[in-house]
Amino acid sequence: MASKRNLFSALIIVSAMLTFGCKKEGDTTTSTGGATKVEGDVIKIGEVGSLTGNEATFGTSTHNGIELAIKEQNAAGGINGKKIELTTLDNQGKPEEAATAITKLITQNKVVAVLGEVASSRSIAMAPIAQQYGIPMVSPSSTNPQVTALGDYIFRVCFIDPFQGQVMAKFALDTLKVKKVAILRDVRNDYSVGLANYFIETFKAGGGEIVVDQSYSAGDVDFKAQLTAIREKKPEAVFVPGYYTEVGLVARQAKELGLNVPLMGGDGWDSPKLTEIGGKSIEGSYFSNHYSHEDKAVYVQDFIKKYKADYKVIPDGLAAMGYDAAKVLFEAMKKSPGLTTKEIRDQLAQTKDYQGVTGKITINEKRDAVKSAVVLRVDKDGFKYQTTVAP
Amino acid sequence: MTEFLQHLVNGLSLGSIYALIAIGYTMVFGILQLINFAHGEVYMVGAFIGMYSSVYLKLAENPSIGSLLIAMTLAMVGCAIVGFLIEKLAYRPLRGSPRINVLITAVGVSLFLQYSGQLVFGSSPQFFPELYKSSAEGGIWSFGELKINPLQTIVLGISVCLMIALQFIIFKTRLGRAMRAVSFSHDNASLMGIPTNRVISYTFMLGSALAGAAGVLVGLVYPKIEPLMGVMPGLKAFIAAVLGGIGNVVGAVVGALVLGLAEALVVGYWAPTFRDALAFILMILILLYKPTGLFGTKRTEKV
Repeated sequence: MASKRNLFSALIIVSAMLTFGCKKEGDTTTSTGGATKVEGDVIKIGEVGSLTGNEATFGTSTHNGIELAIKEQNAAGGINGKKIELTTLDNQGKPEEAATAITKLITQNKVVAVLGEVASSRSIAMAPIAQQYGIPMVSPSSTNPQVTALGDYIFRVCFIDPFQGQVMAKFALDTLKVKKVAILRDVRNDYSVGLANYFIETFKAGGGEIVVDQSYSAGDVDFKAQLTAIREKKPEAVFVPGYYTEVGLVARQAKELGLNVPLMGGDGWDSPKLTEIGGKSIEGSYFSNHYSHEDKAVYVQDFIKKYKADYKVIPDGLAAMGYDAAKVLFEAMKKSPGLTTKEIRDQLAQTKDYQGVTGKITINEKRDAVKSAVVLRVDKDGFKYQTTVAP
Repeated sequence: MTEFLQHLVNGLSLGSIYALIAIGYTMVFGILQLINFAHGEVYMVGAFIGMYSSVYLKLAENPSIGSLLIAMTLAMVGCAIVGFLIEKLAYRPLRGSPRINVLITAVGVSLFLQYSGQLVFGSSPQFFPELYKSSAEGGIWSFGELKINPLQTIVLGISVCLMIALQFIIFKTRLGRAMRAVSFSHDNASLMGIPTNRVISYTFMLGSALAGAAGVLVGLVYPKIEPLMGVMPGLKAFIAAVLGGIGNVVGAVVGALVLGLAEALVVGYWAPTFRDALAFILMILILLYKPTGLFGTKRTEKV
C-alpha cells in the first residue's frame, strides 16, 4: 500500500516538473535578446557568492562591498528615482550551485543584472546562463581570461591572469632577483592552472628557469610529498597560485620540511584566514592583488573609513572589488533611461575611466578592465604594500 | 637518498593518521559485520569538539601535552555519545533486517552528519588551535636535510598505543569476550545470557571514541577543519582496513601505513593527481587477488 502511494506522489511530482519546465522555457524566449525591463519602483539585481564553503571570506567580503555600494546609492536617491534591491544567493563554493543560483535569480527573482562570482571556475559556470537569458553579469574579481570570452553580456572590473602572471614573474626576476622557481598549482581550479601558465610564460621569457612543476587538488590537506620533491630541486622561490585555505597549509608544511624560500601567489591569497592558517610560516611571502589598504589616495581611504564604520574590519581586496563592480553597474544603469538589460549591457561596455577604489576602470573590447596591480608582502601585522605595476 | 627518506617519513605520518581512523572502522566491522560509513563523520565531529573545547577552556594559551590530552579526552567522550546515539537511533531499529538495509542507512547517517555539520559548524574551514608545541628548534626535529615533525611521531605513537589497548580489550577482558561472542552469533550469544544490545552499544562507543581521538590529532597536524573533512580520510581508512583484512585491528594499522607510504611515493615521484585514484586501485587489486586482505583469515560462512 505504502509503495503504491509513493509511486502516486512521484508521478505527481514528475508531472508538476514537466509543466513547470515547459512554462519556464516559454519565459526564456520572451526575455532573450535583452528585452527584459525594470518595472515598478525597484531595480532588482542579483548576487551569487561563496558565502560559505572553502572560500567563504571571498563571498562575505565581496557581499559587504556590494551592500555598502547599494546603501550609498539608495541614500543618494537610487537610480533615476528607483531604489535598488539586492537578492544574494550562496553557492557554497561549488560551480554547480553557482549555476543553479544564477538560474534562480534570473527566472524566479527576475533580476536585471547579476554581480558575481569571485572564483573563475564558478563564473565560468554562471556566464553561459547569463548570456542565454541576456542578463548582464559583472564579475568583481574573476581573473581567468575565459570568463568574459563566454558572451557579450559578461563583464569584469578586474585585471586578467595573463597580466597578473606577468606581474609576479617580473617581480620575481627584478625585485626578488630569483632565477629558479618551482610551481605548485591546484589542478582542479581554472584560475590556478591559468595563472601558473601565464607566470611560467613570462618568467621563462625573462631568463628564469622553472625547476619543477607540481600540483595538488583543492581540498587536499597534505602537501608534504609535493614539497619534498620541490625541496630536492632547490628552488629560490615557490609560486603557489591557489586559494588561501590550501596556501596556509602549504606554507606551514614547507617550513616543516625546511623549505625556507619565499612563496608567491595571486589575488586568491587575499583573506584574513591566510595568516590565521599559515601562522608564522606564511610571513615573508608575496602576492599580487587589486589594491592595498595602505594606498594614501583619498578615494581609497574614504572607502576604508566607510567600510570600517559598517563592518569594523579593514576591507580586503575582494571587498573593494565588490564595491567597484556594483558602482560600475550603477553608473551604467544611470545612463540607461529605459533600464532594459540591452541598454545596461551597452552602457557597461562603454565604461571609461571610472575612478574606482581599485583604480581607474576602463572596459576594453574584450569586456575586461585594464588596471594596474599591486604586490603585497605578508607580514606579521598584515599585508604590506611593495610596489604597483601598471599594465 | 634524503629525498627518499623524507618521502618515507611523510608517508608514515600520513599512514598513521589513516591508521587512527581505520582502527575504529575495522573494529566495528569485526564485531558487527557492519561497515559504518558514518565513521569518517564521527571523526569530523571529534575534531570540532576538540576545537570548541580548546577555545572555551583556553587550552591553546599554554600548549602542552596536558592540554592535548584534555581536548582528546573531551572529544573521545563526545564522540562516544554520538556513536551511542547513532547506533541507538539508526542501526538498532534495523537489527535483524537484511544487511543491505543497514548499509544504506549507514550511508544516510554519514550524509546526515555531513550536512548537519555544515548547518551547525558552518561550512567554511576553521583553524584548529595549537594545543601542543614541540620544544625542538622551530618545532621540528632536523637530521640534516631530513625533517620530522614531533607531532607526527606522537600521532604514530598514539595509534600504536590505541591498537595495543584495543587488542587487549578484545582478547583479554570480559567485555572483549562478549564482543567476540556477539561477532560469532548474535542469537547464540544472547541465549548464553550476553546482553547483546549493550555489547553492541559499547562497541560503537569504543569505535567512535577512537575516531574522536583521531579528529583531534589530525586537527593538530593539519590545522584546518571543516564539516566535509571526514569524507576522503573516511574512505581511505576504509580502504586501509580492507587492505589489512577488514575486522583485523593489526591489519588495519599495517594497511594504513602501506597506503600512506604508497601515496607519498606516488605523489613524490609520479603524478600528484593519482593520489586518490591509487587508494582505490589498491583496493580493487586486493579484492581481486586476496579478498581477505593482507592479514585476514578466511572465515567460512556458517550454515
